[in-house]
Amino acid sequence: MHPAGHLLSVLVFFPALGALALLLLRGDDHVWIRRLALTISIAEFLLSLLLIPGVPIGAAHYQLEEFAKWINVPPINYHLGVDGISLFLVILTTFLTLISVIASWKSIERRVKEFFVTLLLLEVGIIGVFFSLDLFLFFLFWEVMLIPMAFLIGIWGHERRIYAAVKFVLYTMTGSILMLVGIIWLYNATGTFDLPKIQQFLQSGALVLPARTEMILFLAFFLAFAIKVPLFPLHTWLPDAHVEAPTAGSVILAGVLLKLGTYGMIRFCLPLFPNASRRFAPAVALLAIIGVIYGALVALVQPNLKKLVAYSSVSHLGFVVLGIFAFNPISMQGAVFQMLAHGISTGALFLLVGMLYDRRHTFEISEYGGLATPMPKLAAFFLFVVLSSLGLPMLNGFVGEFLILLGTYQMHWKWAAWAALGVILSACYLLWSYQRVFFGEVTREKNRTLPDASPREKWILVSVAVVTLWMGIGSISFTRRFAASCQNVLDQMGPEQAQEAVAPAKPAVPSGNALAAVPEKISLERTASR
Amino acid sequence: MPIHPILDYLWIIPLLPLLGAAVNGLFGAEWPNKIVSAVAVGSTGLSFAAALEAVREFTQLSPEQIPWIKQYFSWIAAGTFRAGFDLQVDQLTVVMLMVVTGVGWLIHIYSIGYMAHEGGYYRFFSFLNLFMFFMLILVMAANYVLLFVGWEGVGLSSYLLIGFYFLKKSAADAGKKAFIVNRIGDFGFMLGMFLLFRTFGTLDFVALFDKAGHWPAEAMGQLGTFTIACLLLFMGACGKSAQLPLYVWLPDAMEGPTPVSALIHAATMVTAGVYVVARSHMLFTHAPTAMLVVAVVGCATAFFAATIGLVQTDIKRVLAYSTVSQLGYMFLACGVGAFSAGIFHLMTHAFFKALLFLAAGSVIHAMGGEQDMRRMGGLSSKIRWTYLTMLTATLAIAGAPFFAGFFSKDAILFSAFQSANGGHVLYAFGLLTALLTSFYMFRLIFLTFHGKPRYDEHKVHVHESPWSMLGPLVILAVLSIFGGWFALPSMLGTGRDYFANFLGPLFGAGESVAVEPAAQALELKFAGVAVFTALMGFVIAFWFYLRQPGKPEQLAKSMKGAYTTLLNKYYVDELYAAVIVKPLLWISTNFLWKTVDVAGIDGAVNGIADNARAIGDTVRQTQSGNTRSYAVWVVVGALVVIAAIFWPLLRPAAGMVP
Repeated sequence: MHPAGHLLSVLVFFPALGALALLLLRGDDHVWIRRLALTISIAEFLLSLLLIPGVPIGAAHYQLEEFAKWINVPPINYHLGVDGISLFLVILTTFLTLISVIASWKSIERRVKEFFVTLLLLEVGIIGVFFSLDLFLFFLFWEVMLIPMAFLIGIWGHERRIYAAVKFVLYTMTGSILMLVGIIWLYNATGTFDLPKIQQFLQSGALVLPARTEMILFLAFFLAFAIKVPLFPLHTWLPDAHVEAPTAGSVILAGVLLKLGTYGMIRFCLPLFPNASRRFAPAVALLAIIGVIYGALVALVQPNLKKLVAYSSVSHLGFVVLGIFAFNPISMQGAVFQMLAHGISTGALFLLVGMLYDRRHTFEISEYGGLATPMPKLAAFFLFVVLSSLGLPMLNGFVGEFLILLGTYQMHWKWAAWAALGVILSACYLLWSYQRVFFGEVTREKNRTLPDASPREKWILVSVAVVTLWMGIGSISFTRRFAASCQNVLDQMGPEQAQEAVAPAKPAVPSGNALAAVPEKISLERTASR
Repeated sequence: MPIHPILDYLWIIPLLPLLGAAVNGLFGAEWPNKIVSAVAVGSTGLSFAAALEAVREFTQLSPEQIPWIKQYFSWIAAGTFRAGFDLQVDQLTVVMLMVVTGVGWLIHIYSIGYMAHEGGYYRFFSFLNLFMFFMLILVMAANYVLLFVGWEGVGLSSYLLIGFYFLKKSAADAGKKAFIVNRIGDFGFMLGMFLLFRTFGTLDFVALFDKAGHWPAEAMGQLGTFTIACLLLFMGACGKSAQLPLYVWLPDAMEGPTPVSALIHAATMVTAGVYVVARSHMLFTHAPTAMLVVAVVGCATAFFAATIGLVQTDIKRVLAYSTVSQLGYMFLACGVGAFSAGIFHLMTHAFFKALLFLAAGSVIHAMGGEQDMRRMGGLSSKIRWTYLTMLTATLAIAGAPFFAGFFSKDAILFSAFQSANGGHVLYAFGLLTALLTSFYMFRLIFLTFHGKPRYDEHKVHVHESPWSMLGPLVILAVLSIFGGWFALPSMLGTGRDYFANFLGPLFGAGESVAVEPAAQALELKFAGVAVFTALMGFVIAFWFYLRQPGKPEQLAKSMKGAYTTLLNKYYVDELYAAVIVKPLLWISTNFLWKTVDVAGIDGAVNGIADNARAIGDTVRQTQSGNTRSYAVWVVVGALVVIAAIFWPLLRPAAGMVP
């Protein structure tokens, strides 16, 4: 066992403990509630950094695994693990949660205690999802995460918050029900919820999915993830959710929650259903490319700044999905990197939009104009983040986009060529909106006296800027840790098979090895003919 | 073993301006102007000194040590792909280094005086230093990806500096336009890189060109890897170097402060496209079709932009179109395989065009901000130094004998004439452009400095600029005369063209350097023709603007259609707006957003929700307590179940699913 012991469990449940501690505080003691929440999130962030030495460079498989029997029948186990891909996503989560706590310092004034409790519980759910290696556990955390997020939108949101929250829940639930069906089917076929075990069965040939079944299962999982990403045309919950969510909610939503979708695709769709993934890849890529261009074009004409950023996420996440479904090691690493980079840049964009909102209580671009004069520092930071988001080299956005396009081009040059149009369009919508908000003369009297960035805001922005630069220049320090895991995912997909996956007449269970544990009902004829 | 203090620490050259930019950007707001300018000028000056030393050390290297490459760290790596932070020095880099740091430093010095009374002084110098950093990365990069860093970085600096007066909408618009149009070019550039990586498995210059060199060249008209890759790279070059059809951003870029126009939009950044084509000469020489495209686009741009320059009245706009036109010459040179001639013109152009802009800045400074030549005139006696230096630059660009532009332009026209593919047509248009160039430049001189003053002498107090501004003018004037003399010996038949000779090892045998006496005699003849052409341009301008000052107006009236078309720049901006920008915005708003997104998808989703509610209501009604209606439902349900169970049997060939 690793000396760190139960690091993963600690990371998952520490925020829950923190939330409990918060509950013990008096509800009107806002100062101490904020301080305690800050302390917890700092500690959680620092703890998550301990993961880095736990995932050695070049290690492809799960590290720091924890395993405990939880429920005997059905055999649901508490199985956690981390690999290069989930490593930085978890750190991103703890980082953005910390930032969100600071960002909510002043802007949340109602139900302060409940707010921070909800935020911490959300963190529990997200980290749990990233660590879970048991399908049922994964599903559990997936659902757990949904509730605090819906509360964040529904309680601390803006005018149409209830509509947005319900829409968010319904959309996500639709996806997760499908996924639940898929999970149960897999359990039926294998008798286990354990992800590594199922992968083992698949690779050893103990479990062979007929083509049709594989495709249906793929779709069940994929739809759940595609809604989360969100992939065009399943994206319409996103603009509403973002516009209504409080700043912290938007930061976590865009920064981390969307990545759960792409993470799920990498973790489940590709290794479990390689042939279906291949078969659907052209269609998925088409939707991703449409998302890239469509999201950018719709972002271009948004009069609402927050909606603009929301649609830009549709565009950027399209790149990620494309990178995943190009099945190329370069584009896969690019996709993982882009997930992190987008988390930082778009998280920062929402923070900045939130700062403007705190001052003027509107997201309408037309209400602004000429802000660079009253607030030069905020304008400078905003420009910096805009540049990182539009993929300027030496900042974080470039590395991911470049690797995705480069890798995709090696496989399907047309996909890359179409998606690369997004690079032009992102410059259009970002620079245009930036100009309308910050350049020119101040057009509204109210804006003339707006205060520049406060020390608290500067702390947030400087830390984000440092990460942005570091990811842009020292991208290797990230990619080298998840390169092997990305390769592993592609290896698990195995070589491309002929379109026809022939269902074996008998379950091919070699006797006398670990696979003997597979119950007899793994027989697939029944399910195949269903 | 000789020691190379700078070559071993190459990063010093780009890092110095970056430090200057960071220091001024972070602390400059609080500092007095003197310290800000000291930091900015000091850092670029040191960078220039380091570059000089690097060049000295470079000349002592043995041929096998060239290109001199320093690998610092891996910047991006994934799978088989690696892009390092690697710097490289070879002959081409040396030329670019000298131009960028030398001219850059002079313009920094000039800016001290020019920007003295502007707000945002620290911001200006911080951006200018940032530009120097990225430009140095661009010319020193040892692979395409790092080059792309500089490439996008100079675009960023350009964006920031064009939009320096961000309170003005036109300035902010121009900055954005520059960035976006460049991005369109970069789209091609990126795809070019992807294709090169797919073909050769690397983007490092040395390894890539080595592999490419062993590849068979493509035939004319063949659309192979080389041709496509070169055309894609050239698309990027068209954006950055303002060639047809992506030139539209450069004239607008004149919204920036004049030193910016001189440094970025004349001397250095806009030549990056030429640099990339020259840098990739190994690829281009393998793709004759792409070469022809480069030559034709360059030649067409040169001519096209020159015609617009004929009628512009804003002194900086004339120079902007002149820049577009001269860049066309450089591409023409590259397109006909005369890479060193192209780079030669790049260098001399950097001298005289920077000088023209700085002198124009001095005029604008003297006139209290006036840029319209129709409200100038008769300035020559009042601002003597500005006039003399600007005249020198005009003689240089027009191609007066023994001025810098004379040699480089002559080399280009001569190479174009010798080109196998339509050389005579290219030559004819090149020569015609030379005539136009001479005309519009002398028009500028006459309108600005000669004739009667056309401004209110009581309001405008014309004054000569301070020496911090005149000093750089004088130095650049000297360079505009002697900068071309590298080629003097070959022209006179007494020796070699030192410039082409220096670049020779790089561009190799593909170069057409005239050596034999027959060719040399021919070149002299061509030089004579070129001089005569320039003279004609001068005479026409003289006649029009000094002898018959009413004539141009008459002519404009008699050819109203042609005149307004030229004045409105062939309506290309309007065309782009009508064909691309407006439809895109309209479709995005009305179709994609409001129809597809809100009405379509969201409508469907909400519709499903509403239907679900409606179904719920309906279902509630079925629980009517009526036994007969229950019975019906039971039967229906049973049928469905039976159908589901027997479905595999009913379906043909169940179990043998394809």
